[in-house]
Amino acid sequence: MVTEVVAMSFLGDVVGWFTTGAHWTGDSGVPNRVWEHVWISGVSVIIALLIALPLGLALGHLGRGGFLAVNVSNVGRAIPSFGLLVLSVQAFGIGSTPAYIALVALAVPPIVTNSYVGVREVDSDVREAARGMGMSGTQMLVRVETPMALPLVMAGVRTAAVQVVATATLAALVGSGGLGRYIVLGLATQDRVETFAGGILVALLAMLTEVVLGLVERRVTPSGIGDGAALPLAPAMPATFPGV
Amino acid sequence: MLVTRTVAANGPESWVWWDWVGRHGDDIAAALREHVELTAVAVGIGLAISMPLAVACYRWRRLYAPVLAVTGVIYTIPSLALFVMLIPWTGLSRTTAQIGLVGYTLLILVRNTVTGLDAVPAEVREAARGMGFSPTRQLLRVELPLAVPSIVAGVRIATVTTIGLVTVTALIGQGGLGALILDGLTRFFRTPVVVGAVLSVALALVADLALVLVQWVVTPWSRKSLR
Repeated sequence: MVTEVVAMSFLGDVVGWFTTGAHWTGDSGVPNRVWEHVWISGVSVIIALLIALPLGLALGHLGRGGFLAVNVSNVGRAIPSFGLLVLSVQAFGIGSTPAYIALVALAVPPIVTNSYVGVREVDSDVREAARGMGMSGTQMLVRVETPMALPLVMAGVRTAAVQVVATATLAALVGSGGLGRYIVLGLATQDRVETFAGGILVALLAMLTEVVLGLVERRVTPSGIGDGAALPLAPAMPATFPGV
Repeated sequence: MLVTRTVAANGPESWVWWDWVGRHGDDIAAALREHVELTAVAVGIGLAISMPLAVACYRWRRLYAPVLAVTGVIYTIPSLALFVMLIPWTGLSRTTAQIGLVGYTLLILVRNTVTGLDAVPAEVREAARGMGFSPTRQLLRVELPLAVPSIVAGVRIATVTTIGLVTVTALIGQGGLGALILDGLTRFFRTPVVVGAVLSVALALVADLALVLVQWVVTPWSRKSLR
């Protein structure tokens, strides 16, 4: 009974936090923190894409390095993102650079694996037809294999992005901005209301990322392939990560 | 300065200061033990919840979509956010860490178990019914054993994932090897960070191999098909 009352008043305090005008303006206001979080995550995922996509597609096209391409995400799963982030800081110093390095390193493996598997999954009949039409290797990669691999590539990007949004929260510990600030500061000052509010905001942003990129994924999936039914059947299970 | 650096090759500035590792063997062992305990309890409770849930989803198909949706939402919430949202209710305690860790295992375990049960060939099921097996006996003696490879695959993913997530619980005062990493961060001292991270990866690999072995032992009939 007493705990119920305490819980209710606590949630009231959290609502109070969200309705306080001061929490919506300035550098430490919610809009700016959301923007920082999205910016850090977006830049990291785009840099990771620029590295991982050509690598995964090329390996898939050549049919080489499959063991590496598939296992890089399994090994990646075993590496604690918190440890990677702190190691990056100790190697490159405090600031935003080490955070970016760690986030990119986390985002690369699922994109490499999924683009590799995506290209390998292209039917050999389709490949032969493309060759029969007189396409060169590069033309086939650009005009046939890449478009057909796109749904799986997007699944990799979604996995990577959700993980990056999650880990960008931890980056606040090492001096980076974003929504993690509320949690880190709240924990340091034992301000449970601010900590909780930060938790809600981070959870919402992660879910929004998942939903939006899921819609993009569906958009690039040609009708007929179906509701991701092809995914679990992939010889190498596409990488999935929880928010870490 | 430069000379002392080169002469004192291994010291507090090194990535791994072996002298420190030697002097803190007990602390490191304790952190490792706590890490293993947090992981084992999380995966154990996760299994205890997921198994009945998966069987229910298999029997009553309409349950499956909502169960996947709820466990999927939990899975998507970043771990630090989930842990801090539990603090008002369970405090900065081991319970908080454990609840969060269990939450992350559910999606993988339920999905893999249902997938494994679905893959049982219809002929096998019919044969069991023809032999007069009751539905419960059929489930326990035929369907679940045949789903073991898929279930173990889920346990492997859940275990490796949990081992990584445990490090984050250092921020709510738990953490096992994560506490070493946090300690190294606050003191800007590399050795505990390297030790914590490397042992965490090593633990994940060892646990994964151990589970492969478990599967080999409990499914004698599928040994030939194992690579």
